[in-house]
Amino acid sequence: MPLLALANVRKAFGTHVVLDDVSLDVETGEVVAVIGRSGSGKTTLLRCINGLEKVDGGSIQFEGNPLPADGAALRAVRRHIGIVFQSLNLFPHHSVERNITLGPTVTNKVPLAEAKAVALDALREVDLEDKLHAFPTQLSGGQQQRVAIARALAMKPRLMLFDEITSALDPELVGEVVKVLERLAASNMTMVLVTHEMGFARRTADTLVFMHKGRVWEKGPPKELFAAPKTKELESFIRAVLEPND
Amino acid sequence: MSRDFDWAAFLFLLGALRWTIVLSLIAFVGGSLGGLILAVARTSRYVVLRGLAGAYIGLIQGTPVLMQLFIVFYGLAVMTGVRIDPWPAVTLAFTMYAAAFLGEIWRGAIEAIPRQQWEAAAALPLSPGAQMRHVILPQAFRIAIPPTVGFLVQLIKGTSIASIIGFVELTRAGQLIVNVTFQPMIVYPIIAVLYFALCWPLSLAALRLEGRIDAALGIGQRP
Amino acid sequence: MKYVFQFGIVRDHLPELLNGAWLTLRLSFGAFALGFVLAVVLAFLRGSGPRPVRLAVGGYVELVRNTPFLVQLFIIYFSLPELGIRMEATTAALIGMSLNFAGYATEILRSGIDAVPKPQIEAGHSLGFSRLEIFRHIIVFQALRTVYPALASQFVLLMLGSSIVAAISAEELTAVTNTLQSTTFRAFEFYFVATGMYLVMALGARAVLHAIYWVVFERGQPARGAWAR
Repeated sequence: MPLLALANVRKAFGTHVVLDDVSLDVETGEVVAVIGRSGSGKTTLLRCINGLEKVDGGSIQFEGNPLPADGAALRAVRRHIGIVFQSLNLFPHHSVERNITLGPTVTNKVPLAEAKAVALDALREVDLEDKLHAFPTQLSGGQQQRVAIARALAMKPRLMLFDEITSALDPELVGEVVKVLERLAASNMTMVLVTHEMGFARRTADTLVFMHKGRVWEKGPPKELFAAPKTKELESFIRAVLEPND
Repeated sequence: MSRDFDWAAFLFLLGALRWTIVLSLIAFVGGSLGGLILAVARTSRYVVLRGLAGAYIGLIQGTPVLMQLFIVFYGLAVMTGVRIDPWPAVTLAFTMYAAAFLGEIWRGAIEAIPRQQWEAAAALPLSPGAQMRHVILPQAFRIAIPPTVGFLVQLIKGTSIASIIGFVELTRAGQLIVNVTFQPMIVYPIIAVLYFALCWPLSLAALRLEGRIDAALGIGQRP
Repeated sequence: MKYVFQFGIVRDHLPELLNGAWLTLRLSFGAFALGFVLAVVLAFLRGSGPRPVRLAVGGYVELVRNTPFLVQLFIIYFSLPELGIRMEATTAALIGMSLNFAGYATEILRSGIDAVPKPQIEAGHSLGFSRLEIFRHIIVFQALRTVYPALASQFVLLMLGSSIVAAISAEELTAVTNTLQSTTFRAFEFYFVATGMYLVMALGARAVLHAIYWVVFERGQPARGAWAR
């Protein structure tokens, strides 16, 4: 049974159809990279998976159960799905440690001492254990994103979602975040990433999903798709990304 | 018989300044409670709450505060046949006025918090109550401080209007002194200086708080 | 509560109320026009004048913004006569409202001017523009577009604040209303109608200002701006 199963998902904002009959299965431990132009629906797709957007048609199943619409039921499922956004993830008025212990203590009712230990472990995973007591505004963009990953990991999720988490970073800060992503992938975490990092997609992703006009245009192992795209849309997308000045 | 403006007159003014401050504080505290209720109502999920709060705020902000004062002081008296004392009338009118403006300011503060903060909190997950308590309200509070202090200045200046119905705060005291000394060229500028001494430090504090709070919340920083 | 509503009496006195409202509008528009022109000059001087001038403008703005309008009015209407400067209540009201508005508008315009991106001004310098030409061709349009909502709000505040001139017996809407209700004892009816008139004026002003914004700043421009949806 796949960990995550999207079947015929459809989503429209008013008359504008953003997702048009999207089906996708994600197995436990699989790393899926979703790529496409802006407006292709990839971010909306990600946000549907943890219920930030409601689908208008089709179904989303997590661990065999339909995704609840809202309320306590949705919160119960969200405990197992972590998400990292492009920016403004962290709560600026809390220290790094408090950012990370907030979820475990308030929602999972974990005792504070235990949550602090978990926080330290999570920070070690992202190479930032010395920043335990820092505040988000004292960190660089790359460090903030890594702390955001640690915060999501502290809830011990079974699925991690990433929405273009390196797109807003200065180029020299991207590498440290990608390194963490690769480590996470190697630890067999199930990951769905909307990304522009083609290098990461080619090296580390198990499956590449190319979205175009709200549809899954092409899907398959990244090396195959990059070497031999079947559609002209993917071909021109790859060319535009890899050789942007042509 | 007239007197010159002397120390006794100045002390009288200072005594009235005390009432200006007291009235401002009472209206500010009362208005804060009202404003908090209004802000929560304005950002709630229920259309009825949003509408009622919005209507109240629209009414207060769309009419002159002097008119509101007249309605409370003269209007209620004529309609109920009961004479209202200046103190209750003035505190009621200015509290209602403050509640509307503070409610708007605090609603703005809540809405100024980026959507990602709401989403990050909800996705953690945190219940709506926990979101408010740990993520939204603490940030809204910090964002709201500068404009709230700025409004306090507005409120203090606004209390001068109470003089029009005879309430003896600083401006009315000035009028009384002028009636005795016939020296408006001395008295009114002194009144202005006293208000300035009270308001300007608060205005400066609001500006400084704005700068510091922006840095602490990372506003204007790249993520 | 023994109170019988009699709106007929209000209808009888409608001409007086409308006269009061008309004065409110005239004062507001007049003060806005005068105050705005003054504010443009002051805003320019605040940024580009010699240091004593910049400080003087700053001092004026702080003075106006940290003292009550009523007291400013009293100084103009009651204190100046001691220096031989006498005037009618309505004139004092207009001058007071203009000077007060200018204090706030200068600050608002300054923030709009500062918001114009520096590279644009540098481009103007490289094209050989004088300071005044830069102000006229590059700054004014963009600054006004940025601060238009703030200025519009300030106009509504000006209009509502005009009620305070009732204290020096200028016969605008609030003064007229209060006189009528005290002589006829029809407080609720008169206040109700007058409140309605203020709301209509405030909402009407907002609508007109919004329309002006669209005509001046958005038609013929690609969609953007503080009020663009």
